[in-house]
Amino acid sequence: MFDTANLTKLIFGRLTLESLPLHEPIIVGTFAMVALGGLALLGALTYFRLWGYLWKEWFTTVDHKRIGIMYMVLGIVMLLRGFADALMMRLQQAIAFNGSEGYLNSHHYDQVFTAHGVIMIFFVAMPLVTGLMNYVVPLQIGARDVSFPFLNNFSFWMTTAGAVLVMCSLFVGEFARTGWLAYPPLSNLSYSPDVGVDYYIWALQVAGVGTLLSGVNLICTIVKMRAPGMTMMKMPVFTWTSLCTNVLIVASFPVLTAVLALLSLDRYIGTNFFTNDFGGDPMMYVNLIWIWGHPEVYILILPAFGIFSEVTSTFSGKRLFGYTSMVYATVVITILSYLVWLHHFFTMGSGASVNSFFGITTMIISIPTGAKMFNWLFTMYRGRIRFELPMMWTVAFMLTFVIGGMTGVLLAVPPADFVLHNSLFLVAHFHNVIIGGVLFGLFAGIAYWFPKAFGFKLDPFWGKMSFWFWTVGFYFAFMPLYVLGLMGVTRRLRTFDDPSLQIWFVIAGIGAFLILLGIASFLIQIAVSVLRREQLVDTTGDPWDARTLEWATSSPPPAYNFAFTPVIHDNDAWWDMKRRGYARPLTGFKAIHMPSNTGTGVILAGLSTTMAFGLIWYMWWMAAGSFVALLAVAIGHTFNYHRSFHIPADEVVSVERARTELLVAGAKS
Amino acid sequence: MTIATGTIKAGEPVFYVVDEHDHPEGSSTQLGFWIYLMSDCLIFAILFAVYGVLGAKYAAGPAPKDLFDLSLVAVNTSFLLLSSLTYGFAMLSMQQNRVGAMQGWLVVTGLFGLAFLGIELTEFAHMIHEGATPQRSAFLSSFFTLVGTHGLHVTFGLIWLVTLMVQVKRFGLIEANRRRLVCLSMFWHFLDVIWIGVFTFVYLMGMLR
Amino acid sequence: MSSDVHAHADAHQSADDHAGTRQGQLIGFGLSVVLTAIPFLLVMSGSLDKQVTALIIMAFAAVQVVVHMVFFLHMNTKAEGGWTMMALIFTIIMVVIALSGSLWVMHHLTTNMMPVHEMGQTP
Repeated sequence: MFDTANLTKLIFGRLTLESLPLHEPIIVGTFAMVALGGLALLGALTYFRLWGYLWKEWFTTVDHKRIGIMYMVLGIVMLLRGFADALMMRLQQAIAFNGSEGYLNSHHYDQVFTAHGVIMIFFVAMPLVTGLMNYVVPLQIGARDVSFPFLNNFSFWMTTAGAVLVMCSLFVGEFARTGWLAYPPLSNLSYSPDVGVDYYIWALQVAGVGTLLSGVNLICTIVKMRAPGMTMMKMPVFTWTSLCTNVLIVASFPVLTAVLALLSLDRYIGTNFFTNDFGGDPMMYVNLIWIWGHPEVYILILPAFGIFSEVTSTFSGKRLFGYTSMVYATVVITILSYLVWLHHFFTMGSGASVNSFFGITTMIISIPTGAKMFNWLFTMYRGRIRFELPMMWTVAFMLTFVIGGMTGVLLAVPPADFVLHNSLFLVAHFHNVIIGGVLFGLFAGIAYWFPKAFGFKLDPFWGKMSFWFWTVGFYFAFMPLYVLGLMGVTRRLRTFDDPSLQIWFVIAGIGAFLILLGIASFLIQIAVSVLRREQLVDTTGDPWDARTLEWATSSPPPAYNFAFTPVIHDNDAWWDMKRRGYARPLTGFKAIHMPSNTGTGVILAGLSTTMAFGLIWYMWWMAAGSFVALLAVAIGHTFNYHRSFHIPADEVVSVERARTELLVAGAKS
Repeated sequence: MTIATGTIKAGEPVFYVVDEHDHPEGSSTQLGFWIYLMSDCLIFAILFAVYGVLGAKYAAGPAPKDLFDLSLVAVNTSFLLLSSLTYGFAMLSMQQNRVGAMQGWLVVTGLFGLAFLGIELTEFAHMIHEGATPQRSAFLSSFFTLVGTHGLHVTFGLIWLVTLMVQVKRFGLIEANRRRLVCLSMFWHFLDVIWIGVFTFVYLMGMLR
Repeated sequence: MSSDVHAHADAHQSADDHAGTRQGQLIGFGLSVVLTAIPFLLVMSGSLDKQVTALIIMAFAAVQVVVHMVFFLHMNTKAEGGWTMMALIFTIIMVVIALSGSLWVMHHLTTNMMPVHEMGQTP
């Protein structure tokens, strides 16, 4: 009694030809472009015989520097996707007036705003932040790699697997239409019966494993692998903020994992955690997801604070003002970030006592942040400030972030929040802090550390173009949203009735277009810099006359980072070394013990992707098969006890000699 | 690590380690695994919080008193406790390099773990048979999820235990295997700690309601 | 290589630290048995007032967790330079915040927002 329909269902689950969004011309067009671009890329890789190189040198690498760079590439690619969503929303909202439906139907528009939020937070900001931490932290503490190099590779590929799933949802099926946190009951099976929310759940679960493990990894690295002499209070501030960020990751991502697991239980086996019947409570989901969600905000911003600290002190030519207070402010923010989550849902109705508690804690958290702001200002005060690109981003951050911070404190007042909750004012506020804080910080960090990673600086002209388009574009795009929010316009609307609002949306749309030019300039900047790498080259390894340890080695650093482990005497270790006549050792090199590359991470992440895909489409055989394979590969991996090798002393000698010659040549010219 | 100063004049600052040793492999493993356990602990904290909030929402369905059999739970608890003790003995044997004894104690530990799982599954089957399914009420959803997650952890612990026994048999008590046995020991005792929370807050407190 | 020997000794020692002593294991086990048995007996016999019983079993659970930490997990302030203890304390703070916070918030929500006739269901 096995007819074809049953067999198809058994094999393909709920995946049918109708699941492919062939009726959506926008998506078909996008798909054609992505497919053509992808084919061209694959063709080029094959033509230039790069597959072997990529696999051996990059995909399977356990080198924290290369993994860091791959995270950055992932983040930038996903930024393009996330920003495309933003442009579509801005265009829709700018034209959907006077009875016009715009050009996006509601089914599509709801996916666009959900995907925009999810992608920007999980697959742009997180990879970029993790990438910078991965690249810089081991160098800053004088280590040769992270504590668990294989896990590092695995983490990266799990994050990528999550991104692949989100991209998949664009062309096979659909994405969630629930907003970026997928509140139930809307995200329950009864109201979202399609695959969208399942894509959302599994993309985040798979990527979450990667994030959690990379958090554990970096904590251990910072705690256990600091160079001799580097006490906790001699760590560079970026390392401090990275430590706190990773503590936050380890202490908050399990909450996300748990709450998404409960949501998937509701959807897959029909439990009643967040339903409206049988005692379920949707508000519990909101409560739990913000226990993760608020620390998440600080996970993103703390590393940015660290970047600004490094940049400010380097380009002011001064020691950072108030190092100790900076560290304590960071730690206090870390703890306090767990005590404010309810300010995301003051309007839920917990009453005066609860709301005032969380309102007050929220206001308190602005104090350490303000202290940091003063520290940066005092660092600049009477410094010899060089307005290079990273410093320009930092100044733009200080101006912009303060506005975002103040609107945040405004929202922390529960009665005000009752008016502004869910309005465009809120949207403007968090873009103000995330773009003005996190993104500006990331751009500062990219401009600052790019020469370390590649041995040449980024082109300043296109960098400045990008900077001005971004900053001006930001103000054009989001200041109108503050105005609209104060007028009572709620978020996530697709069409509008009041024609007097249109002008503000048009201005915001122009701002988004300026940001588009900013992103384009950024990409051009990278291309131009690669082409002009001869002129922009830096042979010293210390192009900014900087202060921390990562600048003590060559650019790009050798696989082993430091031929000899440095010994630290001062907060600004490299500055101290330069000042006290450090002489680079030229002899006595030894073989160096390093971890070996492995393809297991790629395989495990690939199997996780197929497992997730099977679960999303109810292809149970695929999910079960992938799970068993996952377990088998993981166990098999533990039978490999030979995970390291020695870089022979000869090789170290020749690498270091090449560096000596470069330095001599550089000193002559 | 020692900072050799032989070639450097006294009084001058030392900026790098001359006489360097390889970084001992796995020196971060225990700390890393502990931090992982802490994150796992937070998953359980959330499940406990959910149970705390939803645990009294019976939706006119069965309540703890109708379902729980405390004597069964007591037996179960004692199995888990005993397995903790036997794992401790296994670690002592490892310390004395008595591979045979260690493997023996690990087998005993595994059997206790299996017995624990067996009883838990019997209890679940019994409840589901009586209509107290995870779908019946928010209380039952959170009960099955919390206890089931603990059981799932025990299951993975057992898979890990078997893997490790094979590895010790194949490669002997080498350093890497010792490290893994220590990690599994932390995992196993950690599950015991979680179980204290489960029997106290779910079973005993449930019976008091 | 001498460094390997050195590393070996290091790791070996930490593994040994983790084994404790037979005596310690037995003491821990004995304490756990007592700390488990008394709450079970109290609840099964129902001899005390419910609230008193609840308080007692919670206290016993807390003590037993400490016993397990000390005798089975061999927690002390010195291992890993105090970082394991630090991680534990931090986690306990997080657990307390998440647990008590959720209960507090959700309790107030239920009290404020639920229709009156369902009030009887809340704990």
